[in-house]
Amino acid sequence: MTATTLTINNATAAPLQEVPSLPVNDFRDTLQELVQQQEHRVSAFFGLPASPAGRGLELVAVLSHPEAGKCELVRTAVQDSFPSLTPDCPAFHWFERELAEQYCLEIPGHPWLKPIRFQPPLPGACSRKTATAPNLTVGDTNYFTLAGEACHEVAVGPVHAGVIEPGHFRFQCLGEDVYSLEISLGYQHRGLEKMLPGGPDRRTLPLIATASGDSSIASTTAYAQLCESLDPGLQPESGALLLRGIAAELERLANHVGDLGALAGDVAFLTTAAFCGRLRGEFLNMTAEICGNRFGRNLVCPGGVNMTFTPAQAGKILAWLQRVLPEVENALELMFESATVLDRFEGTGTVSKAAALELGLVGPAARACGVALDLRHSHPYGCYKVSAPALAAGTSGDVLARAWLRRQEIAASAAWLQKQLAGWQKENCRHRGTPRLAPGMIAVSMVEAWRGEMCHVAVTAADGTFRRYKIVDPSFHNWFGLAMAMRGEQISHFPICNKSFNLSYCGHDL
Amino acid sequence: MFTVLKARLKQGYRTGKFPPAPPNLPEKFQGRPALAASQCRQGCRACLEVCPSAAIVPSEGRPARIDTGRCLFCGECAAVCPGEAIRFDPAEYRLSAFSRQGLLDPQQDSVPPAALQKLCRRSLSIRQVSAGGCAACELDFNVLNTLAWDLSRFGISVTASPRHADCLLITGPVSRNMLIGLQKTYAAMPRPKWVIACGACAISGGIYRDSSECCGGMEEIIKPDLYIPGCPPHPASILDGLLRLLGRDRDAGPAPLPPKS
Ligand code: SF4
Ligand code: SF4
Repeated sequence: MTATTLTINNATAAPLQEVPSLPVNDFRDTLQELVQQQEHRVSAFFGLPASPAGRGLELVAVLSHPEAGKCELVRTAVQDSFPSLTPDCPAFHWFERELAEQYCLEIPGHPWLKPIRFQPPLPGACSRKTATAPNLTVGDTNYFTLAGEACHEVAVGPVHAGVIEPGHFRFQCLGEDVYSLEISLGYQHRGLEKMLPGGPDRRTLPLIATASGDSSIASTTAYAQLCESLDPGLQPESGALLLRGIAAELERLANHVGDLGALAGDVAFLTTAAFCGRLRGEFLNMTAEICGNRFGRNLVCPGGVNMTFTPAQAGKILAWLQRVLPEVENALELMFESATVLDRFEGTGTVSKAAALELGLVGPAARACGVALDLRHSHPYGCYKVSAPALAAGTSGDVLARAWLRRQEIAASAAWLQKQLAGWQKENCRHRGTPRLAPGMIAVSMVEAWRGEMCHVAVTAADGTFRRYKIVDPSFHNWFGLAMAMRGEQISHFPICNKSFNLSYCGHDL
Repeated sequence: MFTVLKARLKQGYRTGKFPPAPPNLPEKFQGRPALAASQCRQGCRACLEVCPSAAIVPSEGRPARIDTGRCLFCGECAAVCPGEAIRFDPAEYRLSAFSRQGLLDPQQDSVPPAALQKLCRRSLSIRQVSAGGCAACELDFNVLNTLAWDLSRFGISVTASPRHADCLLITGPVSRNMLIGLQKTYAAMPRPKWVIACGACAISGGIYRDSSECCGGMEEIIKPDLYIPGCPPHPASILDGLLRLLGRDRDAGPAPLPPKS
């Protein structure tokens, strides 16, 4: 494929000029070949306007291979239409819907080209179409319907019963069974991608940190790596990289423990729910001990980290961890030993390996179906180049597999963390600096957030500012996985299916 | 059953002593900021230029005070200050105010609504709505319901139906796409009803204050009765705010000292 794509490593940059610009048909053939024949994933696929004034649009694709450790970049120029790849490669379906919405691009052949965020077009959208772009009302779309005597529809949200972000779910049911679930999001759209071009500036880091606020360490790490690949002057020392890794694993632990507790709560196994609710907080407090904030805001920054971390602090967190981990183990053991819990989890909300591959699911949701996908191993970055927590694996793709996989990951991250903390011998340096990015480049940075692959892509303008900043949150890939998990399932199983994924609304909506 | 009981013994009683005992805050906690304008160097605007959310309010072109309703507590201002004019009190988590003005100057704050204190002092039902929140505010409010904080011991509960709610607690900068959902939820609540803005986003739009897709927080939509600063606010700050709103200052512990500046 050397002639048709540019191959780069994760967290590196290349001149945009070097990314082959193919005619649309060759571009489509290349993508199809890579995805269908060579098992590549679609990590990003987005529009790059020639200028904000809106003359000409390019499409850029970033594909990655789960083993080869590389990223393939290719682009094409389009007028106002791009024939859909979705019928042949379903992994493009959500990306194409996003393109249609963000840039008013026509995508003939797409089976269901509806808005995904109900956002106004981005600057630089195909100008002829922008004028006629409909004034969107969130949630107002032509939902799938089911007709017949035994059919009924259940609509949930945007405001849900619990303390949770908003989103709309439509179930088409036959009696108690769900025939299809349609997920319609966009309520959390904050215009994030629109605010990033022209940066990096003083707003960029906090904006990135809140892209999905429960994955701040992952997001800010992805952003920092991008800046570092674009500015040779920003080279973080190994201590800073390791501290990022420590914070990332604490983030994973907090969320996995919290979600397993919530899963227990949803099947009324209140003991584990109660214990895990508290234990999740212990990991957040450890993060706060490192940087002052329970969600790790202000820790990672381009060039390194914003905080020093001393051997005494490492010792304190290690001892704390060793106190908490047996309690976590105890809480989880109860749940996984309980026949009533296992009965609810087993065989519920199954996603097949084939579907996971076809849709391009990521993270624990994919690993639970037997797809060995983990960027810490396949595309190692930062401290994971030296060592990474063991790769977890599942097979059955049901709620039980997703829960069990999270338990494995808790053990793997905990073991890795203890090793790193015990070996922390010297205080790291704090870094402060303003990134000065090389002009005319494209950079790709992927990290394994606790929900899975998070991909940030930046294209810099001639003045070294961001011309385009693309964020692909793991939830962007996985929401449709949840819809698949509900097919043919009882509607009463929705809470546990949902919790077993626990996807981000704002990470998707941006 | 036996293993469950054994586990319960092993895990022990874990509800924190706060309040009225002080909360366990991390060493590096960034509490209430104070700007001592008298210590600023002549002509220095370093903090004004670095603040990501325009939280430093100038007066005659010079930094004068910090608007905690906008502040993200990121510490950038203190880091660039060539002197030591800006400090964050690591023990001062009591940041709430009952008026927008109170976030700029605690001495000019108003008092909590008397009717609320009369009706809901011992029992308050809250409906939470996230309107563009990044999930951190939501999670750190929700954490009050875990056994570590045990919100219900104060008679405060979170309700699913707006019909059962006394109070609406908003997180997020109010994304345009969530405006109708938010207004409908408010309309569905019985009177009298009150509003809490939780987090910099809900108070002022926070880091999203300039976004064309957000409404810049609650101020222009439904005026809040309680403002809880932070990005996100620490759970202790939220609980403290709720108790003071209810007039249960004794439960909440000692009142915050006015900031020195
Ligand atoms: S701590 Fe607050 S005032 Fe200081 S720079 Fe950050 S947001 Fe601005
Ligand atoms: S105030 Fe901060 S933590 Fe809260 S929703 Fe806004 S960005 Fe997230």
